[in-house]
Order: sequence, then structure tokens, then C-alpha cells
Amino acid sequence: MAPNTENRLHETLQKNGQSILREWIAQQSKTSGRPMSASQEKQLEGECREFLSVFGQAIQTGADDISRPEWKGARDFLTQLSASRARAGATPIQTAMFIFALKDPLFAGIRENEGDSKALAEAIWRTTLLVDRLGLFTMEAFQKTREEVIARQQQELLELSTPVVRLWENVLALPLIGTLDSARTQVVMQNLLEAIVQTRSDIAVIDITGVPTVDTLVAQHLLKTVAAARLMGADCIISGIRPQIAQTIIHLGVNLEDVTTKATLADAFAVALKRTGFAVTRETRSNGNAG
Amino acid sequence: MEAQQSEMHEIRTSQDIVSVRQAVRRCAVEIGFNLVDQTKIVTASSELARNTLDHGGGGTATVETVQNGSRSGLRVVFEDWGPGIPDIAQALTDGFTSGSGMGLGLGGAKRLSNEFDIESAPGKGTRVTILRWRGL
Amino acid sequence: MERIPILKMGEFLLVTIQVDMHDRLALTLQDDLTEQIVKWRARGVLIDISALEMVDSFIGRMLSNIANMARLLDAQTVVVGMQPSVAITLVELGMPMKGIRTALDVEKGMHTLRIYLANNGRNRDGDGSTTV
Repeated sequence: MAPNTENRLHETLQKNGQSILREWIAQQSKTSGRPMSASQEKQLEGECREFLSVFGQAIQTGADDISRPEWKGARDFLTQLSASRARAGATPIQTAMFIFALKDPLFAGIRENEGDSKALAEAIWRTTLLVDRLGLFTMEAFQKTREEVIARQQQELLELSTPVVRLWENVLALPLIGTLDSARTQVVMQNLLEAIVQTRSDIAVIDITGVPTVDTLVAQHLLKTVAAARLMGADCIISGIRPQIAQTIIHLGVNLEDVTTKATLADAFAVALKRTGFAVTRETRSNGNAG
Repeated sequence: MEAQQSEMHEIRTSQDIVSVRQAVRRCAVEIGFNLVDQTKIVTASSELARNTLDHGGGGTATVETVQNGSRSGLRVVFEDWGPGIPDIAQALTDGFTSGSGMGLGLGGAKRLSNEFDIESAPGKGTRVTILRWRGL
Repeated sequence: MERIPILKMGEFLLVTIQVDMHDRLALTLQDDLTEQIVKWRARGVLIDISALEMVDSFIGRMLSNIANMARLLDAQTVVVGMQPSVAITLVELGMPMKGIRTALDVEKGMHTLRIYLANNGRNRDGDGSTTV
């Protein structure tokens, strides 16, 4: 970039800073669609002031490649801004408008100070490129944060959908609902093993009533989970084996020899109690009611 | 995908296998891997380092942090100038032997990694690359 | 040379592995253990791996070897204290770990050993009990 254009832009910012700031804020209010509250306006003003400051510093150095270290301050500010807006649920356009709305005010300022029409055109052209690049950078940062939010929400959903329940002393239950893919299996194993450590359980009942299909992969994931629990000293019982699943398992040739399986969670619970040395007895009522 | 940090370790003795494990663990912690992911790449590295020593006659392990967009990952490259592997497909199938074969080394390392690559030919040495991306 | 200490606890031996083992140490442990099992006529061996942050196929084979050798000497082995991340990794690695009993901790491990011994008496004293 020609040295005098930076100085021009920088000079413009110095001389017309206040009016540029006002115009910029006004542009953003206009495009935001609804009126801003006093505190929102105040916050926006703070953000704009800060950006103009780092922007001015970067302009002063003369670098026009925004990936260079001179632009780090501006980049960091924009990254933070778009991240917080993404988290707050703003749209990409709203967030990018922060930068793009700066164009007109800057042009106005340059026009006021620039005399020569050729130099004017150059200055405006260069400013356009700069603002466009910053705008694109802002959108990219926004996108990244959005993706991180979505990924985190997916993970939370995954963890919430695999609860481990303490059925009795030393007996855990793991009711699986939905498909058991490899990502889910990792979460299942982690939750189950953590629970085994915390509760010092000897038996885990894995109920697959809520698992719609059991194919070779699902069976492998189940076997992995059983193997992992066993390494922690806990035996597993798989319950909820529906007739169709029983057939599928035999057809697939999956080896469930080492694992106890039961049709219902209730049956599995009974076995678990017995194995851990508990017995359930029915008390006979002696208060006169028909029993 | 560019490598950002890179450190090379020699594998000449069984103590070096421990050093490689510790280096991989350190780097995995630095880039923020969760405990399970750390353990997986450290274990895969241990397997491959052992292969490099036992079957490759010694070699090197290069630990690199990589970046792909917003994802960070850890890549470890094992190289030796040993006899090479005549049948890679066969070597990748598990053979849990008591020491003469490669046992679980290659197949195991592959299962424990997100990405796995191997180049080897008789007389040309072996190069195995494993990569794990940082999870959530 | 460093050695992993072996503690005698009644009829059992307790080994706590706390260091990142290199090969020679592992081999020395196997030798020491077999010696001690015979010396004390131990019926059970507890191997505490709660401090191990990684178990690879080498360590897995070592544990298998120990279990097999101990069995020949009429002693049962229980590996205790595996960390969850290590268990998950071992399963992913595909390490079979067959013939190795495991328990959550030393207490449960001893409980397991006592139950096993109660059901399977000593077989070399000709006292009529059977071993599995």
C-alpha cells in the first residue's frame, strides 16, 4: 500500500474521529431493525471506540495485510466480539454489520480531507479492501464460535442421554435409549466406569430395550462396554433382549457366551441381587387386610 | 494442515520408549486433550515405538502439533531404516503372539488413532504416522 | 538396580506398580514374583496398577505371563485398580486380557481371592479338593 494512503486514512481518523464514531453507531442502529436500549447503545459505543482505537493503531503502521502481526490487536478484538455475539444468539449479518457499517463514515471522512480525485479514488478503494477483509474475518470468527457452541451442545446431549442409575448397593443400571454409535459408546463407557468407581459396584445391568436396532456394530460396542466394565472388576448383565434382537444376534454370529443376558430389566435385577448376596422376601401382613 | 511444533526423539533403547510416551503425554496435555484421548495416543505411541525398536532396529519418533482450521491435533511419525514390512495387510491383522510377531502393535495403534498411515517396503524401512484430533 | 517391592499379606502377595516401567524392570518383576510365590507358598497375587496411566500390549503381556506362571505355582492373580481411561483404551486396543481376573481395588481383590480359595482348596496337598 502506498505510504501516503495510510497516513491519509490515519489522519482522517484523527481529525474526524468523533463524527465517524457517531455516524458508525447510527448506521448500526439503523440496520439492526429495532431500537436499542440506553445500555445497549452505551455498550455499542464502547465497542466502537475500542475498535477505532486498535484500528487506528494498525493503520498507522502501514500494513495492509490483516494477517500480519500489526493487525493482531484488531483481529483479537473482532474475534472476541463475534464470539460473544455468536453466543448471545446474534445472526451472522448482524455481527458482520459491525464492520461493514464503518465503510460509509470512513468514506465520508476521506472525502472531506482528500482533494485530488485520483488519490481520493485510491484511498477509497484501499479502505474498501481493508474493511471487506476485516468483515470476512469477523464472519469467519463468528462461524467458528457457532460451530463450537453446537459441538458442545451435542456433547451435552450425548452425556445427558446416558444416565447411570444406582439400583441397589453394588448394582448399577444403564438404560440405553436410542442408537449406540461409536461416539455414544465412548460416553457410555466413561459414565459407566466413573459410576463403578464412585459406587464401588460389582454388577452393571445394561438395558437395551430402548435400542431400536442391534447390528454387528452395535453388538461390538456393547461387548466393548462389557469388557471395559469387567476390567474394572464389574460384571455386566444385558437385559431387554427382544425376540427380534435375539434372532439378529444369532444370525450375526455375535459371541455373547461370556455375558449373562435376560429378557427384562426385572429379571436382570433379580439375578444381580442374588449374585451380590441379597434376597427379597415378602412380608405377610398381619393387620387384617386380605393378602 | 501445518505442523506448528515439532520435536524429534531417538529410539535406541527401551528407556527411549518411556521417553517417547512421556513426550507424547506432555504434548497431548498441552494442547488440551481429555484424559481418554491422551491415554489412547500415548498407548498407540508406545506400541509403535516398541515396533520401531524391536522390528526396525531403532529409529525416530517425531511429535508434532497440527492445526486444521479450528481443530488442533497431535501427530506422531515413527521412522526406521530396518528391514521393512513385506506384507502390510497381514501385519495389520492382529496376532497376539508372545513376542516374535508384531502382535497388536500396528492394528492396535490404528484403532486408537483418528488417522493412520504406513509406508514400508522390504529393504526400505518403515514409516508410520498416527494422528489424533482434540475432542470436545 | 531398582526393583518393584513385593509385600507379603498373609497368604497373598501384593505388588504395587508405580513407575513407568521399562523392559528390564518388568522382567525383573516377573522373576522376583515367581521366586516369592514359591518362597512363601503364596496362594494369591494382587497386582495394583492404580498408578499406571497407561497399559500397552507389553505390560498386558507381562500381566498375562505373571498370571500364567502364578497359576502353575497354584496361585491366583488379580489385577486391581485399573483407571477408567486405561480400561477404555485397552478395550479399544483390542488387548484380550484373557485369564486375568480384575477387581476395582485391593480390598475387593482380596475378597475375590478369598472366595476363590474357599471354593478351590489347595490341589497339591492331596486333600481331595478340586481346582477349576
